[in-house]
Amino acid sequence: MSSHTQPLLSVRDLRVSLQTSHGFVEALRGVTFEMQRGDTLGLIGESGCGKSLTALAVMGLLPERAQVSGTIELNGADLTQMNEADLCNMRGARMAMIFQEPMTALNPLHPIWKQIAEPLQLHQGIDQKTAKARALELLERVQLPRARERLDAYPHQLSGGQRQRVMISIALACQPDILIADEPTTALDVTVQKEVLNLIRQLVAEDGMGLLLISHDLGLMRDQVQRVMVMYGGAVVESGHTEALFEKRAHPYTQGLFAARPQLGLKRGTRLQTIPGNVPEIFNWPKGCAFADRCSFVEDSCRQSLPQLERVPPTSEHWVRCPKWQSLEANA
Amino acid sequence: MKRALKHPSFVAGTILVTLLVLSAITSLFWSPYPVGDIDIPNKLAKASAQHWFGTDSLGRDIASLLLVGSQNSLLVGFIAVGIGLGLGVPLGLLASAKRGWTEEVVMRTADFTFAFPALLSAILLTSIYGPGLVVSITAIGIFNIPVFARITRGAANAVWSRDYTLAARAAGKTKWAITWEHVLPNVASVLIVQATVQFAIAILAEAALSYLGLGTQPPNPSWGRMLNEAQSQMFQAPMLAVYPGVAIALAVLGLNLMGDGLRDLLDPRLSRTR
Repeated sequence: MSSHTQPLLSVRDLRVSLQTSHGFVEALRGVTFEMQRGDTLGLIGESGCGKSLTALAVMGLLPERAQVSGTIELNGADLTQMNEADLCNMRGARMAMIFQEPMTALNPLHPIWKQIAEPLQLHQGIDQKTAKARALELLERVQLPRARERLDAYPHQLSGGQRQRVMISIALACQPDILIADEPTTALDVTVQKEVLNLIRQLVAEDGMGLLLISHDLGLMRDQVQRVMVMYGGAVVESGHTEALFEKRAHPYTQGLFAARPQLGLKRGTRLQTIPGNVPEIFNWPKGCAFADRCSFVEDSCRQSLPQLERVPPTSEHWVRCPKWQSLEANA
Repeated sequence: MKRALKHPSFVAGTILVTLLVLSAITSLFWSPYPVGDIDIPNKLAKASAQHWFGTDSLGRDIASLLLVGSQNSLLVGFIAVGIGLGLGVPLGLLASAKRGWTEEVVMRTADFTFAFPALLSAILLTSIYGPGLVVSITAIGIFNIPVFARITRGAANAVWSRDYTLAARAAGKTKWAITWEHVLPNVASVLIVQATVQFAIAILAEAALSYLGLGTQPPNPSWGRMLNEAQSQMFQAPMLAVYPGVAIALAVLGLNLMGDGLRDLLDPRLSRTR
């Protein structure tokens, strides 16, 4: 199979319904995207817009009673049709995930080498001694200082940044095809954030895997990923190459996100802009565009049905889900 | 370890429990008098050098009865708690790992079983199978199953909500492997504490059953039956009731203190503030 015809990851019209006290509600409303080997894709949006849910859906780790439709193909194999045993063989081996909170993502009762060795023993069937040696190599690869001494350390003996490095080494242990990083630096000090992200990007490039980076930090996205998708209300509202999208923000939500960003050089006393209102509760999402209630350019047709994706020139891969983006641009 | 020695209730509890275990072990090969020996001329003797705690209405040596009776209490405690751990913990882990209707079925069954007090189910069982040690142990053990199932499921659910179980799943581990390697070790401390408490409850329940004549049958000595036999001599020899009563109280107290101490010592959050 050639990499040209078959994408590494292909998500088609992914819909996920979750059970709530209000019955089943659609939390992902037809997410579609593709990634090639070596691609880095960023997923932006505020809390509750479906970023993490998309990641969990790809990993097959949705809550038990979630209803899924659409397809998620990794190297051509549809993950949504796999049984749990096959999925277990994929997770950790072909796809891996890094979590937001390195403090709680490691088991406090096991030394770290055991936790790194775990996926190796599981997927590659190597014995404990070899696995421990591999764990050391991995720790050195993620540049954990004094890696040899730290093999037998317990998670509480490491700092947040060090723990996140351990998490990365666990995720990379079996050299997966795709790495999903769900806000990997949100819980870290600002000074450490950059180091960890650069490390992730470097390792991803070395191994030639795909990276799906989830974050609400715009500045961070700009440096780290080639393409960006902006999500709101369970749908992708805008997507494109990072530069093109940062250059020309087409969707009112994206514009709001950028306007709300604190920047150096703002006049003293300037108030940061905010997007009026809150993300609506999931069971109150409007039928049409989920942003309708907070959008100052809303018209009746927005509320009828989810708007179609429209292409934003000049690049061929910049898409926006808003019928009024051209008139917005004229206003801006 | 140092922390353990500084914990007063843990130290006191451990000493009492050690005494209980030591007396049970000692009684296996030595007791002041053979335990069933009846010595009518010497009945109701006061405490003396020959009979440390005196003799009962049949002239049996109280000290020997107490020593050998401790075997019974320990046996009941171990087996009843063993049944509870052996069946309750897997059920709780299963409910927590599977969720959904499996959890509902397991937990509602546990609620149902829980609604019958141990004594009641013991009386029910003895009315069917006749009184005896095995029946009373079984009854107490059955009562322990839902106790451990509930505790396990509650603690396991808390562990499942932690990121490291999600991380383990993302690494490709099956739910059963995660249950074994991550969930069980993290709920173990809760279970150990609960086990000591249930051990104490089992000793009490066995004493109560034997007192009612449903537990250990003569000639095997039991603290509960000693209480029962002492009842008829309440006014001639009140001490006959005091000795087994104190023995039961100390055993239960020791286990509860030890459980209390373990609760503090095994909780990592408390260890930092101490």
